[in-house]
Amino acid sequence: MAATNATTEAAAGQSKFPPFQSEYYPSQLVWLVLTFVLLYALMARLALPRIGAILAERSKRIADDIAAAQRLKERSDAAHAAYEKALADARMRAQSIANTTREQQAAAAEATNKGLEAKLHERLAAADKSIAATRAAAMDNVGAIAAEGAAAIVERLIGKAPAAHEVAAALGKAGKS
Amino acid sequence: MHIDPIEQFQIRNLLPLVNIGGHQIAFTNSAAYMLIIVVLVSVLLIGTTARRAVVPGRLQSITELSYEFMATTLRNATGTEGMKFFPFVFTLFMFILFSNLIGLIPYSFTVTSQLIVTVILALLVFFIVVIYGFWKNGWRWMMLFVPKGVPVYFLPMIVPIEVLSFLTRPVSHSVRLFANMLAGHITLQVFAAFIIMLAGYGVLGWFGAVLPFFMVVILFALELLVAVVQAYVFAILTCIYLNDAIHPGH
Repeated sequence: MAATNATTEAAAGQSKFPPFQSEYYPSQLVWLVLTFVLLYALMARLALPRIGAILAERSKRIADDIAAAQRLKERSDAAHAAYEKALADARMRAQSIANTTREQQAAAAEATNKGLEAKLHERLAAADKSIAATRAAAMDNVGAIAAEGAAAIVERLIGKAPAAHEVAAALGKAGKS
Repeated sequence: MHIDPIEQFQIRNLLPLVNIGGHQIAFTNSAAYMLIIVVLVSVLLIGTTARRAVVPGRLQSITELSYEFMATTLRNATGTEGMKFFPFVFTLFMFILFSNLIGLIPYSFTVTSQLIVTVILALLVFFIVVIYGFWKNGWRWMMLFVPKGVPVYFLPMIVPIEVLSFLTRPVSHSVRLFANMLAGHITLQVFAAFIIMLAGYGVLGWFGAVLPFFMVVILFALELLVAVVQAYVFAILTCIYLNDAIHPGH
């Protein structure tokens, strides 16, 4: 069909649709085989092994680089862990030092407080004692003053001073009752 | 003005060489373009990898991408046993791809628009499959035509269909590529001819010529896609057929 249509349209001197012109088939076959075999040889011997080598080399390089990066990462992780541990240790030591210092200080303060308290107690006791002594002395004087006052009052009432021992007896009786 | 859309497929004898048994062997324009393909593919693949750069440049990336692309395609279709056919499939792919792409340059010749070329390539694949299939699997290879899981009473019907579909493979394999190239180039040429014909009708024709001009631009983009896709289709079908030779069990 196509061949007959082409016959009418084909340029002068050509009788057939070109792809069906069998007189060129031998040339086409020979040259196709030659060029295809040549290209195959070039590809199989030269191009493809080289490209394959390049690709293999690259994937090896990438794998190596990734492995190296992995190793470095592990090392940095270890260093980081060691740093963290040192930091934690230092923090713990600082804590314990602070604690012991605080306890020592507290103990020292306690001791000082106790000493002071004892001293103050002593002074308080001494003061109490002196107060008691003063009060006793004052109480003795009160007896004398009362005798004097009583003698004076009696003298005013009866017009004559009572004897000192009568006043003392009376006071003693009044003090007992 | 008449422009013949078939003329671009015409083979010309540039240099008659020998005459064997009444068949003339000549250096034709087709042969010249086959050599151009070989040179360009070799320059791209060998020239760009000469530096063996670990960090590839632009051209070396193209080479590596095409390598890995075909290698992945073949490995997916046939498994690692099929990788011994990698140079063959890769050569086939690059040859067809460059033939299709070079053919898109105006005034050039498309090697794959010649039926005999695609037929030879398809038959090459077909015979590699048959010979390797028998050599590798022996007569067990014939189990390819007996699908598993089919009831026995269906086999007299299924097996001839399988055999027939296997035998027609080279036809569909070759005609698909040939017809795509042929039709695409004829369409391009027809629309390009419209531009020139309309432009010949004066000022009004110039405006009319804008339409086929846009068509040519769009069609050229489409043909670029077809050129790559058909090369890929030819290669992946080759991979699938090779898989039948390596693993005949369905």
